[in-house]
Order: sequence, then C-alpha cells, then structure tokens
Amino acid sequence: MTSEPILKARGLNKRYGKVTALDNCDFDLMPGEILAVIGDNGAGKSTLIKALSGAVIPDSGDISLDGRSVSFASPNDARSHGIETVYQTLAMSPALSIADNMFMGREIRAQGMMGSLFRKLDRKAMEDFSRQKLADLGLMTIQNINQPVETLSGGQRQGVAVARAAAFGSKVIILDEPTAALGVKESRRVLELILDVRARGIPIILISHNMPHVFEVADRIHVHRLGRRLCVVDPKQHTMADAVALMTGAKEPTPEEMAA
Amino acid sequence: MTDTNSYEDVVKTRRDEKFAEFHQTNRGFGNRIQNALHSTPSMVPLIVLLSAVIVFGFVLGSKFFSPFAMTLILQQVQIVGVLAAAQSLVILTAGIDLSVGALAVLCSVIMGQFTFRYGIPPFLAVAAGLAFGTAVGAMNGWLVSRVKLPPFIVTLGMWQIVLAANYLYSANETIRAQDIEEQAPFLQFLGAKFQFGGATFTLGVILMIVLVLVLAYALRSTAWGRHVYAVGDDPEAAGLSGVNVHGTLMSVYMLVGFICGLAGWVMIGRYGSVSPSATTGVIGNIQSITAVVIGGISLFGGRGSILGSFFGALIVGVFELGLRMAGADPQWTYLLIGVLIIGAVTVDQWIRKVTA
Repeated sequence: MTSEPILKARGLNKRYGKVTALDNCDFDLMPGEILAVIGDNGAGKSTLIKALSGAVIPDSGDISLDGRSVSFASPNDARSHGIETVYQTLAMSPALSIADNMFMGREIRAQGMMGSLFRKLDRKAMEDFSRQKLADLGLMTIQNINQPVETLSGGQRQGVAVARAAAFGSKVIILDEPTAALGVKESRRVLELILDVRARGIPIILISHNMPHVFEVADRIHVHRLGRRLCVVDPKQHTMADAVALMTGAKEPTPEEMAA
Repeated sequence: MTDTNSYEDVVKTRRDEKFAEFHQTNRGFGNRIQNALHSTPSMVPLIVLLSAVIVFGFVLGSKFFSPFAMTLILQQVQIVGVLAAAQSLVILTAGIDLSVGALAVLCSVIMGQFTFRYGIPPFLAVAAGLAFGTAVGAMNGWLVSRVKLPPFIVTLGMWQIVLAANYLYSANETIRAQDIEEQAPFLQFLGAKFQFGGATFTLGVILMIVLVLVLAYALRSTAWGRHVYAVGDDPEAAGLSGVNVHGTLMSVYMLVGFICGLAGWVMIGRYGSVSPSATTGVIGNIQSITAVVIGGISLFGGRGSILGSFFGALIVGVFELGLRMAGADPQWTYLLIGVLIIGAVTVDQWIRKVTA
C-alpha cells in the first residue's frame, strides 16, 4: 500500500441483542478508488455501511477519515464531514418535490431580511441547482423539478438519490445497491456516473449483489462474511465464481488474499 | 479475468434519446383535475366552501348572504379554527392530538384563576396559561418522540388527565363575565369587537386568520415546514436524509400546546367568562379533527395544507349557521358533516392515486 486510506475503520463491533452484526470488523477505503463491498444476506454489510455513514453508532471500534479519528452521532455528522450515502430505501419523502428532497436537511435560505428574520427558503436557487445536477447526471430529463417524488418511476427516484449524493459528497460517496431497482439502460447510466465521480477524484463504496457490475467498475472488492471483512480481492485476478465462493464460505481465502 | 457475457453492450454506447420524460399528453379531463388537486390540496375544501356559501345564499337570500352573517360565521368558528390549526400541525406529522380542547379549557382556567385567586396581573396570567399549554405540549411530544408511544394513546391519556386536572384545580367554579370585565378586562382582550361596514370582527377572529396565514407560510416556505412534512411522510427517510426528527416533533407538539393556550384566551374573549365545563373540553378534539379531515389533510401524515383545515372549519360553520337560519333540525348539520367527512377522505384517496 503506497498511500494511507481515506476512510479507515478498525475493530468495529455492533450487537443487536443476541445478534452480532459487526464482529471486530476492519475496513479500508483508498483515495480515488471504487471499493465494492459484497457479502451474503445478513453478513452485516448494511450495518457496516450505516456505521460509516452515521446512521448506526457502533458499540466499539474506531473510524478515521483522512487520518483523523472521527465519530458520527448522526447521518448529518457524517455528511458535514463530506460522506454522502444513497440508501437502499433511497431515504426520500415521496410527497415532497425533487428540489425539496435534494436539499432536505441543508436548505438554502434567501438573502437578506427574508432569509435571516423570516427564514424564507431560496426556492429558485435550490431548483436551479437541482435541475443542473440532474442534467449533469444525464439520467433523465426532468421537466418539472417541483414534481413530487412519488410521481417518478423507481429508476428516476434512484437517479435523484444518486444525484443528491454526487452533488454534495466531497470526501466519500456510499452507494447501497444503486442498481437493484433499475432497468438495464438506467443501470448503465448509474455505472457511468460512478466512473464519472471517481474521475473527479472522489472515492466510492459500492454495495452490490450484481457481480458483473461489481467486476466491471470496482478497483478492489471487500468480501464481507459473518460480520467481518473476510478478505479483499482484486477483480482483475479473480473470477466472479471465486468471489461468490468466498462470500458464501464455499472457499477459504488464501493467505495473500487475506493480506490484500 | 472477468468473463462477462456482453449482453449489456448494446446500451453501453449512449444513443441520443430522451429518458424518462414526463408525457403530458393523453390526459383526460378527470386526470387533469386529479393532478391539479394533487398539487393544491386545499382546492377541494375551498370549492366546497364556496359552493355551500352560494347555495345557502340562493336559498336564504340576503339574510345569509350579508357581511353580518358572514362575519358571524367567523366568530362562531374562531375557537375551532384555532384548534384546527394546531391539530393540522400534529396530523401533518402523522400524529393526532386528542387533548387540544381540554388543554385549551385548562389554559383559560389558569389565566382566570391566576388572576382572581392569586392576584397576578392579567398579562402575566395569560403568559402563564400560554407557558402551561406549551409545557403540556412538550410532555406529549416527549412521550411520542422519545418514549415512542403512539400519539393516539399519549393524547387520549393526556386528554383525561388535563380534563380532570381542570375540574380539580378550578373546583368547577366559573369566573363570571362581569367580574372579568370589571377587574381584568385584559383577559377578554381577544373578544374586542370592531365594525367594518356591516361586518363585525373580533380580535380573536383576526388572531385566527393571522395564525393560519403565518403557519401556512412557515409550512410552505421554511426549512422547518419542509421537515414537518418529511417527518410525517416517512420519519426514517427524513432522519437518514438529515432531518432532526426528534427536534421537529418536539417543536410541533410544543407549538400545538402553545396554540391551545391561545385558543383558551380566545375562549375567554368569545364567552366573556372562564368556565371549566365549557363543551370545548369534551368535543374540541373531535371538532378540530373534523375540520382537518374535511380540509383534506391526510390522517397518514405528510399531505395537505393548513389553509384546507381553515376552510374545513369554515365549511362546518357555514352549514351550522345556514341550516339554523333555514329552520332545519340541528341534526341535519351533523348528518351533512358526516357525509362531508367520508367524502373528503374518498377524494383524498383518489388524489393519492395520481400518476405522472
């Protein structure tokens, strides 16, 4: 390893009653890379991701960002450190507009008295910004940025959620199953977007069950099993069959895979 | 080493095409109405309100269709209107508050008793009543948000507690209107009337209208308002996307308690006296929920506008006065309001099915 990880976790533990979701879990994300996280259902991927994005507070363990130790008490904490997450559930309010959802929790207030005293929102700025970001994304052509999210199709909603993360994530972007709900064409756009974001120098954590997608875009693959990191494999030197065998326990990792 | 089947190659080159456009064509008339209502939910109650006014105006003539009668309706709905504003806020967060009416009565009793029993200046007594309302609201909010109890249960209990405390504290004594008028006219401040042409307004009516407008502004144009809707829509999603769910719920329940205090003050202005056995304590909650539902706010939270609730309260007022003037049995009012409630929820369900 030549450089230091941008996001590093050591010895994370999280228990829900008798269930151990994270068992002394380690994690490393290198600058500028796409790291895929794969694992069987119930392996603890989601808990790991939530710990990194502030939605779950681990019982013990350290997380450091850029070499500095951090602890996130809420998703907003993680966001203010530049970590943006697209959750599997998308975390959007269906009855509110696209622009409202893009800026939920970080609204722009109007200039001057109206903003400072009457707390009026600067709708135009938020709408223009949202429109611009969606256009950049090229995932869809939105005619009405004030359309409630519930009137969008599943793929369009996903597009809005990804656009939101890409627009505000400055350090790390976490994508939890970003292509699970999408058609072939829309998945393709999201994968292109992921590569776009990496080209801008922002590292990405990609959780996915879709092996072809993982092997296509990932630089390294973190295999999660039984609440911890089993190994990290290089997609150029392994097949999809190897990865599936590792994550289901059909195959033990070799010592050099453990070290990777 | 990846031996991917190349099934996706056809979509890898981006062709110049438009994705996921929202086609505005092929819309029937019904569909267009559905969409319009979806974006402005207060339109339905407004239409019902205007139609009711027009129908009663035709049937009853100038007796009903006069500035005097129109403003009389405003005076008659002022208490329910203020309570409905509070109820709207809770229902937008997918909650419900059964304690609003009882709390308003207890707040009015506190304002009266603090002045007459302890000799506190009326201004401070009113402030104490408002503070008490806010505190009870905070208790409701804390139980809902932190202890995670269902709002229905919390406020069902709080309703009984507040109503009983009201009778115990006041010893079921009414403070007479002339005593208040002589010794503490400030308590009746919101009952002050002024004429405007043939119309009669009271400060309580003005307060109701200003309150509704301020809340409508706050809900539509501030971050707080957007958070109220987001929390009502899906609290988990709101939390993940950066909304302080606990803070939002607490602010809503406390504000509701404060508005109940205002309603208590409006009651003193309206009735002149302070009466612990005012019917508002028992039926204020149902009256306010009725106005909210007729106003098109969804009981599942996150949808509707506070203007709708205001129109809902006015609709009830128009029916009550109109039918009374027409000499109908008052039961007809309740029957028609029942029909309106079911109709409003039916329309709400239909609007939700809107698809782009």
